[in-house]
Order: sequence, then structure tokens, then C-alpha cells
Amino acid sequence: MKKSSKNSLQKFSFFPGCSLKASGHENTDSIYKFCKLINVELVELDDWNCCGSSSAHSVDREVAKNLPMRNISLAPKGMPLMVACPSCMIRLQQTYLHIKQSEKLRKEYEENWGTFDENLKIVHFFEIFEQINLEDSVENPKEKLNKIKVAPYYGCMLYTPPDMRFGKSYYGLMEKSLKSLGAQIIEYGYSTQCCGTYLSVAKPRIAQNVVNRVISKAMEAGAECIVTACSMCHLNLEIRCTIKDSIPVLHFSELLSMALGEKDHKKWFPRHIVDPIPLLKKRGLL
Amino acid sequence: MIKLGHGHDKLSREIKKLSGINFNACLHCKCCTNACPFLEGMDYHPNQVIRLVQLGLEKKVLESSTIWVCVGCNTCCSHCPMAIDIPAVMDSLRQMALEQGVKIAEPDILNFHKEVLKTVEKYGRTHKLEIMMRYKLKKMDLLSDMGVGLKMLKKRKLDLTPSKIKEKASLEKIFKK
Repeated sequence: MKKSSKNSLQKFSFFPGCSLKASGHENTDSIYKFCKLINVELVELDDWNCCGSSSAHSVDREVAKNLPMRNISLAPKGMPLMVACPSCMIRLQQTYLHIKQSEKLRKEYEENWGTFDENLKIVHFFEIFEQINLEDSVENPKEKLNKIKVAPYYGCMLYTPPDMRFGKSYYGLMEKSLKSLGAQIIEYGYSTQCCGTYLSVAKPRIAQNVVNRVISKAMEAGAECIVTACSMCHLNLEIRCTIKDSIPVLHFSELLSMALGEKDHKKWFPRHIVDPIPLLKKRGLL
Repeated sequence: MIKLGHGHDKLSREIKKLSGINFNACLHCKCCTNACPFLEGMDYHPNQVIRLVQLGLEKKVLESSTIWVCVGCNTCCSHCPMAIDIPAVMDSLRQMALEQGVKIAEPDILNFHKEVLKTVEKYGRTHKLEIMMRYKLKKMDLLSDMGVGLKMLKKRKLDLTPSKIKEKASLEKIFKK
């Protein structure tokens, strides 16, 4: 039974981004469900647009600047803006930082998008783990994940452009929280290697090599599943893996919600290429 | 031996101005290269790209595959002891390659970016299915990778209809030419 939550209600406006909203629906749904279980309310940013992704800054720097600007202007005052996609996070936060630093850019922003909110806080989904105590959200936390052997995968999310180097580093966050819920953490040395993002489409061979390397190293180290923090990584690890009898790839948010007792997860697993159900059953999580 | 011509630093001055990055602090220690996961697709290593710019070898660097294969994952600059924003330098080199109309070493990657931006211009958000269909059509190659496409459809990883923004007018403002 769930304890009455000790975490007081927190409210965020939420920027899902295209990877979550238009493809990784199981990731979005499990984030919402997990947040509800820890007393965090997410309000989707009204009418948000694409952050520009890799393509805008690759070929059109004006568009790469304008797309995040509009999103920043939509953020409601007095509420932190939460982003779940590491790539969107960099685009939004770096643009915000540049506007703050440059008078010229600020003027341009205000001409096009209105008053600039100096106090807007843009935070990643991982930020909430600093403010909540996972162990307090559930009874017998150490038994919840029943020693499932997980290999956490961060992809490139821990790497930032040098001008954002002094922000927070979340290295170890997945390990710490999954361990506190009873998982066994597998170290395999490839948890921070980029998944290849769009090379998956334009250079599938390169993406395949990168993905196979990550998954095979995790398997060699004894992992039963990989846990991802980014929807794009999840997609690439699933579609570009050519290893026979590969292990399932789960979203961090899926495993978290299940550990906290979320039962409404039937729609998540049919969307996975390697079916995680046999593993979850074997570990008594289903 | 490379003989530097008169005004060989023109390129490096231009890229420095475009990117705002002082890559002349580069020690050529190759930390970036050792960290990069995508070397197999590159003709020059990341630090070699910096060197080409420093030497003013414009055609070589603008026609290199490296500037397109780099996905901007920031692994290189996170390992750089001089904190040089190498992905930002790559952005500027791509921009210059497009402006000068040089031969693009990786046209598939450029086409992919263009298709992504087309759906963003139309809907305000990306639409993966349309991007992939149009990309494959343009490449005149619908069959390779078909298995992965079908797998994605079967597992409903590709939404059939695009997710759209309501306020279309702002898209004109964003994509003004």
C-alpha cells in the first residue's frame, strides 16, 4: 500500500517535445503517471512547437534561434518549465541563456515574442529527484524492483556545450534511484555513448554499429534490460539493434512508475520491439 | 610540408566570427577525437577539422564528410580541456558550405535535415512518418531499410497523422526568409 505521500504538491509546466509526443507515447504516459504518484502536477505547455532538434542548428541558424524563442515566450510566469527530452532541454536552455547574456538578442526576442521572463526556470525531468524522496513514496522500497539487473543508459544527455558546463550533472541519478527501489545496477562502460540520433535514418550502418556496441557490452556485463532517459535513444536502441536474443529496453519512467505501484501500463509494452513482459514477469513485477 | 598562402587565416577569422568560438586555443591533444563515437563515418577527425580551418584549407574542410556526420552530441567538447565548442564550429562550417554552394559530402544527411524542417514549417512539430517517406522518395530508395520501417509501424512508433500547433501565424515569423 502506498504511504500518504510526504512530498508536497509541486506544479510544473511541461514541454514534451516531438520525440515523446509524436512517437514515444509510452514514455510520455509513464512520466505523467510517475509524477502523479510523487505528487507532481504537470501542465502541458500550451501550443508548444518543435525545439528545432539537430536539423535546425545544422542548416538554418535563424530558425534554430526562433523555434526555442517561441517556446520560451509561451511558458507561464511563476512556474518552472520542465523538459523531459535531453536534446530539447539543451536547445531551450541554451537559447534562454544566450538571450540573458546578449542585449541584442534580448531586444530581438522582445520585438518578436514579447516581454522576456528573467526568472523563468527551465529544468530537466531529473531535477525533481532533488526535491523528492523516492523511498518515502512507497512502502518497502528496497523490494520493489526485485533485484532486476539494469544497465542505465544516458546517451549524450550528460554532455553539454561548454557555455552550459556549470549546470548540474546528473551522472549517477538513474543508478541511485533504481538502486533505492531494489534494482541491481550493472556497470558496462558505455552508458554515456551517444545513440547516433538522426544517423539512424541517414547513416543506418553507423547507428547500428554504435547501438550494437552499447547493447552487447551491457549484455556481456550481465544486464537483463537497458534503461533509457531519452525517448530518441530508446527508439534507436530498439530499431537499430541487430543482436539476436537482445535484451529489452525500458524507459526510466516506465520502471519508476511500476516500482511505485502503477498498474495502468498495458498500453506501454506492446510498443516495445523486444517484449519486456517475460522479464518483468520473471522478476515478479507483473 | 604545407606552405601557407597569403591570407591563409581568412577562413579561421570568418569561422571564429560566425561561431563566436576561439578554436585557436586547441592543443590538438585529440581528446575530442578519442571521445567521438562516429569516427568511422568521418574523413577527418574532429581535431583535424580544426587544423584545416587554422591552415585555411577551405575547400578540403567545407567538402569534408565530418562536418555532416557530426551530430552535435557534445561528447567532444565535454572532453576538451580547453572547453572549445567544437559542435558550434561544425554548425558554422555547414552553414558556410551551404552558402558557398560547395559539393556536399553527405547529401543524404542534408536531405534529412531539410525534410525535418519542412514538416516543422508545415505543422510546427516534426512528423516522423512524413520525414522518412519523403527522405526515401528523394533518395529514390524505398526498399532498403523497409524491415525497420515496417517494424516501427507495427509497434506504432510512427504516428500516422502529424501533431500540429494551433497558432500557424507564428510559423511564418519563425521561418521568415
